[in-house]
Formats: sequence, C-alpha cells, structure tokens
Amino acid sequence: MSSIVDKIFANTTKLIAFGVLLLVAWIFVVLFEHSVESIKAFGFTFITDTKWAPNVEKFGALPAIYGSVVSTFLAMILAVPVAIGIAIFLSEIAHAKLKAPVGISIELLAAIPSVIYGMWGLFYFVPIIRDTFGGIGISMLTAGIILSIMILPFMAAVTRDAMNTTPDILKESAYALGGTKWDVIKDIIIPYAKAGIIGSFILALGRAIGETMAVTFVMGNVHKISADLTEPATSIPVTLANEFAEADSTLYYSSLFELSLFLLVISFTIISIAKFYFLRRKRIA
Amino acid sequence: MTHTQKRILINNIVMFLSTLSAVIGIGFLLWILSVLVINGLDALSMIIFTNEGAPPGNDNGGLKHALIGQLMLVSYAALFGVPLGVLAGTYLSEYGLKSKLSETIRDISDIMMSAPSIVIGAFVYAIVVSPMGHFSGWAGSIALTIIMIPIILRTTDDMLQLVPSTLREAAFALGAPKYKVIIQIVYRGAKAGILTGILLGVARVAGETAPLLFTSFNDNFLNMNMNQPMASLTVTMYNYATSPYEDWQKLGWAAAFILSMFILSLNIFGRLFLLKKRNKK
Repeated sequence: MSSIVDKIFANTTKLIAFGVLLLVAWIFVVLFEHSVESIKAFGFTFITDTKWAPNVEKFGALPAIYGSVVSTFLAMILAVPVAIGIAIFLSEIAHAKLKAPVGISIELLAAIPSVIYGMWGLFYFVPIIRDTFGGIGISMLTAGIILSIMILPFMAAVTRDAMNTTPDILKESAYALGGTKWDVIKDIIIPYAKAGIIGSFILALGRAIGETMAVTFVMGNVHKISADLTEPATSIPVTLANEFAEADSTLYYSSLFELSLFLLVISFTIISIAKFYFLRRKRIA
Repeated sequence: MTHTQKRILINNIVMFLSTLSAVIGIGFLLWILSVLVINGLDALSMIIFTNEGAPPGNDNGGLKHALIGQLMLVSYAALFGVPLGVLAGTYLSEYGLKSKLSETIRDISDIMMSAPSIVIGAFVYAIVVSPMGHFSGWAGSIALTIIMIPIILRTTDDMLQLVPSTLREAAFALGAPKYKVIIQIVYRGAKAGILTGILLGVARVAGETAPLLFTSFNDNFLNMNMNQPMASLTVTMYNYATSPYEDWQKLGWAAAFILSMFILSLNIFGRLFLLKKRNKK
C-alpha cells in the first residue's frame, strides 16, 4: 500500500518539476506563434526600420531597441563603479557590526518594487534632470539613472558574495608581505573573484534590459531615435507596457508579441551567458 | 613622495570612495523611504480603507478596491504557486538530486527568475485573456503564479538540502516509506526555511506591476469577481501617479506607502531569519 503512495508522490513531484520546463518552452512557442504575422509582414526590416506608426500599420522596432541599449548602457556605466565600491566596503572595510545593517539596507533597496522607483523617479528625479540638463525631464538620461539605482543593490550584493569567496589565507599572505588594503583588493580579491564579479554585472545587464516599470514612468514612450539624451525616448519594455492593452489590430498585436519574443530571447541569452560562463561553479545567483 | 607613501595615499582614496559608494547606496534608500513615508502618511486616512475609487476632483476616493483586488490576486497566486513550487523543489532535492533533469530545471528556474516579467504578461495575455475575450483577475493571478513558481522552487530545493541526511537515514532505518520521510521528517526540519522562501516569493510578486497591466488590467471600483478585470495596488499606483489629478496622485502615494511597508517588512523578517539560519550552519 505505502509503496503505491510512494510512487504516486514521487511521480507527482517529478511531473510538476518537469512541468516547469514545459512551461518555459510553452512561453517561447506561444510568443513565437503570435509573432508569425508580424515576422511575415516585416521580416528582417522589423529590427532595422525606424518608423513605428500604428495608424498606418507600420512597425519598425529600431527606436525601441536603441532606447533599450542606450538606457541599459548608461545604467551600467553609472552603477558598476558604485556597486564595486559598495561591495569593497561590505566585504573589506566595514566593521563587523556595520556589515549586517548596511548589507541588509542594500538588499532592501533591491526589494523595493520597481513601480515605486518609477513613481519616485517621476516626482522627484524628473524635476532635477529638467532643471539641471534642460528638456522636459522625461528622457533617456532620467531612465538610465533610475535604472542604475535599481540594479545597483543587486550588483553590489552579488559582487560582495563573489569577493567573500576569496580564501582568508590568500589575503593574509598578501597583508603579511606588507600590502595595503587596496593592494590586496586589486591583486588578490578581484583576480580571485573576477568571474563572479563579471557574472554579476552581466546578470544585472540582463535584468536592466527587461526592467519595465521603473523606466515606463520616466522615458516618455516616444518612438524616435535622438542622440540627445535629454529627449524622451522609448525602449522595448516601455513600448509593451504602454501599448499592449491598447493595440487594436492583429498586426499591431503581432508586432508587440514579436517585441516580447525579442526581449525574452535577448534577456535569456544574456542571463545564460552570465550563469553558465561566469557563475557556473559557485551558483551565486 | 616615496613609493610607500603613494601606495598608502591611493589606498586611502579607494577606501574613501568605497565608503562613499555605500553612503550613496544607503542615501538613495533613505531618500526613497522618506519620500514614501512623508507622502504616504500625508495621504493616509480612514477613507482609504473604506471607500472605492472615485472620479478625480471628488474627495471621497479610497483604495478599498485596490487593496482587496491586490489581496485576491496575490492570494490566488500563492494558492497555486506555493504547492507547485514546493512539490517541484521537493523533487529536485529528494529524488532528482544531481541528475541532468534536476540540474536543467534548476538552471532554467534561475534564468526565469531574472527574465523580464512583462513577457510573462504577454504570454498570459495570449493563453488566457485573448481566448476569454476580456481581462480578468484569473489572468493576473496566473501571471503572478508563473513568476512565483521558480522562486519557491529554488528556495525549497535549497532549504531541503540543508536538512541533514542522517535524519532521513534514521527514519528510513525505522522502516518509513520515502514519502512519509519527506512529509514528516524532511518538511518538518526545513519548515521555517521553506516558509521564509514563501514569504520572499509572495513579497516579490506583490510588487509586480508589468505583468498585470494587460492581464488583470484595472478597475476603479470594488470587484470580487475573479472573472472580471480587477484592481491591484500596483496598477492603481501607476495609473494614479501618471494622471494629472492631484488627489489621484495623493492616493497613488498612499498605495505606494502601504505596499512598500508590506513588502519591506516581509523582506526584513525573511532576511533576518535566513541570516540567522546561515550563520548557524
């Protein structure tokens, strides 16, 4: 009797676990199916065309792709040095009593929902950008900065974890040779934790590119490519968030699904590279 | 300046910059929190809990519809997501172990945890909203469930692996079948850890907005029918904050305050607990 129950339990759990794989495959299939119409209509020009005009059923994704790339790039430039700084502070400088509260504060920053970053950005950051850099404040620049604050805690926490894996004996030997803290960090810890640190940056990049709400508030959803960072712009997730519920033709929907598929494939690829290539052994993320 | 002095100078500069980075990070946290508390407390009143949404310009607007909607969306997501996630995690830790299937599921779950949630919204739109012909609370809950499963799966997996195998062996030696060992011994040993994982998973989906935009959509009035579009705190916050009406924006801040206090307390509780647990190991 109990051997039957045993089998049922084992197989149920296996089925559900396997279901997770099926679900992910299903997501790809469904997004692809719904993109077919747009893929057929536009082909490769979908990602090279700059005109996104629902009224004439013309959909070119280049402005959204451009916005995603530039805002993410901006966020990375701003966040990387600060994240490394926080990680160094948490793993090497902070007094033992400070480590936990500061570490938890940084992780709390990661727990704040992105819609709140967006709202805070809209009411408190947009005016600052407007007064400092001109324009209307709703811009690529604002989006990049808000995005950098959003990915900062995550990068800092994972970088710290990677740094903490450095064996004490290596650090102690370097100190014994008369190294300063910075010598130890740059010659021992960073080389030792390099893969993990790079992995955390790529992982953050993958998240930043799919981040929706924090940027939706402050980007503007304007399908235009402008070299001026203080101009409003759009990105793939911003376009989806703004237009999905309003699309009124099947080709419009299909184009939005193609954007979703594109976004999923890109972020899947980036996250996989981070995980399989850089974070393989340590399972930090 | 001697070489040593130079090294010490550089060291001090780097130490200063690192400390400054930490101050910047915490500065942003304090800034956001103080904005939330100041605006939130200012907007908070009893009306918020007793009244539904109202047209702009009307002083009687509240958030009852969004609070109840949010509670329903997240509760149903947890109702589906928790058992599915825990059982799948159980398979990985107790049966699959280091098998190829288990490792693949772990990897895919990790990737899904970082994947853009708005894409899940598009997927649920295609499989639920589109065939049904309208937005609904169910669609929103399904989207949240899909986001929750990998989180709960991974924490359950990790927590079960922390249970010492000697406990399992002792139970097996007494002749207990495997499912009994898992349910009565392993789950009991990992209970607190799994519960923490569930709390963190719930906290994570409670803040999700993007996948709700085109699944549960929104409603400015109280609706308890999961078959209809349903309000959530997050989407309400988005709509109210981006509206030009000051009283709506005020309600948006109240929603932001309530939601973030809920999520942050779940996180503080969960993280402190995990920290204690990890230090013990």
